[in-house]
Amino acid sequence: MSTTSTGPEPGTRPRRSLRSRRAGLVLALLAAVLVAVVLSLAVGSLVIPPGRVLEALLHPAASGDADVVRSLRVPRTLLGLVVGAALGVAGALAQGFTRNPLADPGLLGITSGAAFLVVLAIFLGGVASFAGYIWFALAGAALAGVLVFLLGASGRAGGTPVTLALAGAALSAVLLGLTTAVVLSDQTTLDQYRFWSVGSLSGRAADTLIPVLFVVVPGLLLALATAPGLNALALGDDVARSLGVPVGAIRIVGLVAITLLAGGATAAAGPIAFVGLVVPHVVRAVTGPDYRWLLPCAALAGMVLILVADVVGRVVAPPGELQVGVVLAVVGAPFFVALVRRRRLAAA
Amino acid sequence: MSNGVTTRTAGHETRVPGRVPLRVGRFSTVWRLPPVVVVAVGAVGVVLAGAAVLTVGDYPVGFADVFAALVGASDRATAVIVLDLRLPEVLTGILVGAALSLAGALTQTIARNPLASPDITGITQGASAAALIAIVLGVPSGGLAGALVLPLAALVGGLGAGLLVVALAWRNGLESQRLVLVGVGVSFGLTAVVSYLLAVARIEQASQAKVWITGSLTGRGWEHVIPVGIALVVLVPTVLLASGGLGALQFGDDTARGLGVPVERARTTMLVMAAALAAVATAAAGPIEFVALVAPQVALRLTRSARPPLIASMVVGALLVVVADLVARTLLSGIGTPVGVVTAVLGGPFLLYLITRGRRETAR
Repeated sequence: MSTTSTGPEPGTRPRRSLRSRRAGLVLALLAAVLVAVVLSLAVGSLVIPPGRVLEALLHPAASGDADVVRSLRVPRTLLGLVVGAALGVAGALAQGFTRNPLADPGLLGITSGAAFLVVLAIFLGGVASFAGYIWFALAGAALAGVLVFLLGASGRAGGTPVTLALAGAALSAVLLGLTTAVVLSDQTTLDQYRFWSVGSLSGRAADTLIPVLFVVVPGLLLALATAPGLNALALGDDVARSLGVPVGAIRIVGLVAITLLAGGATAAAGPIAFVGLVVPHVVRAVTGPDYRWLLPCAALAGMVLILVADVVGRVVAPPGELQVGVVLAVVGAPFFVALVRRRRLAAA
Repeated sequence: MSNGVTTRTAGHETRVPGRVPLRVGRFSTVWRLPPVVVVAVGAVGVVLAGAAVLTVGDYPVGFADVFAALVGASDRATAVIVLDLRLPEVLTGILVGAALSLAGALTQTIARNPLASPDITGITQGASAAALIAIVLGVPSGGLAGALVLPLAALVGGLGAGLLVVALAWRNGLESQRLVLVGVGVSFGLTAVVSYLLAVARIEQASQAKVWITGSLTGRGWEHVIPVGIALVVLVPTVLLASGGLGALQFGDDTARGLGVPVERARTTMLVMAAALAAVATAAAGPIEFVALVAPQVALRLTRSARPPLIASMVVGALLVVVADLVARTLLSGIGTPVGVVTAVLGGPFLLYLITRGRRETAR
């Protein structure tokens, strides 16, 4: 359980090798993001060679292929980058703050909070567009985040990782139950909700990209700011406190960051579960548990995973598309199991 | 730790003051009041709520008539309604709640993680996926064929998923964290299978399947009660007899090994038992959400134990499902809400209440 192969402690393994492995991972991930972006711009029901893609990006006047690239694929790719980074970082934060390897933003109730308010908006308000859903999703995520924190922190000893994880799981179950109840009672709501809840990048980028950026970017900055504190928290609350870390304040900032990131991503693309859970595990296997490296790498890996899944979804089932969420589970699950089997996992 | 109270060395017995040991043969435990109270109050609650469910429906029956029907002293119509229609549904709820909750208590204990319920580790999804395959292949969910084939498929799927998780996680032993994470991976894959099947199925099959995977007690008959009953009669004593080493597992693998617990064997046995319980329960009523996660955690807090208590968890799980069933039939009767929705909406706030008034907790 407690043995980690990639500890940050000096002396457990030569320092340079860890540092060069981390640098290598960052470079590899940057290259992978680049490749994924090119693929995402070029591949689809209409395959456009990379040269024409570049031409389309550089010469705004061109038409035909260029129009497809500029008006459809560029926003979709950008949305994939934003959502992937947000989900990867949110997952790493959630696992860090709950100290539970099973935690992901969905488990903290944030995704189900967003889903519940979207359903209420459809059911009571007749809202019927992605541009309309996004505000309700953000509000729901924020409400759920605040509620989880208040509930998890209101025990006699304040929030501990276990109470936080359990409060999130319980709240998430309640909200999912209420969502199911509304959806089952009204067929038209179910019909609209299904389109939002599949988790996909297609057809939503134009409406959601800009508002989501205003939420996700502050979330990413806050997340990076908590990284040193998270490293200390991993040693346990008492040790962290004695090292001078303001434990309560760090938890609040962290939860705000998770809410912004997961709420923004869910509002933009619907609930996508796999990324937040898996990406931190994959990345941690190389970077070790240092959150200053883990968080940026999780952002890059999240981007790669989402974009690749999106591209795969476009080509596997012509003439239609498979949604990102479905592709992620089908391709990602065996990969994740293989990874868990092969490596000795670093403790979350 | 239950068996650390007294130590016997060469006929000499050391006692810890204020703790009363209970011993039967090789088995020993400590007398503590909270678990006994929880089990007793919970059992009474199950009986009362179950009796209340027997009275409600399209044809209301009074408590006195229900009692008369149960002892065989009522008119024919009441007997049919109470004994043939409603009693199997109530018993299915009780047994399924107990089985799911025991499965959850076991997985949470062996994984040392309160979030590790059979839903998260792939067992429930395996059962769902197999049942959906059967439905898509054309097995109707009603009738005798459905009553026989669907539970069998779910049983095979759930057990298969459990064994698959163990096989994939086995690598020179069964480390608990790897076990749970492999379970999560398998569960994600199977969830994708379920959503794929829902998407490709014809619409009438899809709606049948949707009802099945929400978890429902409606229309359950004796053919559902008897398999779960037999499974519980076999599995519960087996689990209780084999649960001696579970307490030691709480201290971590190394300490448990040092205390003489065969860690891998204990963990594998318990996981297979949990898979069997969850699969049997899912086969009978579909995956009733959240019971396996919440009931053991509620029982743990009510009894103030160090780990999810097995018997108290079963009672709490049964109570949760029966009360949820009662609420679904009375307050929400117009909407036709499946019991799985109500278990989540009822159980969640109660767990939250217990958490907010709880004492400081450490990871368990």
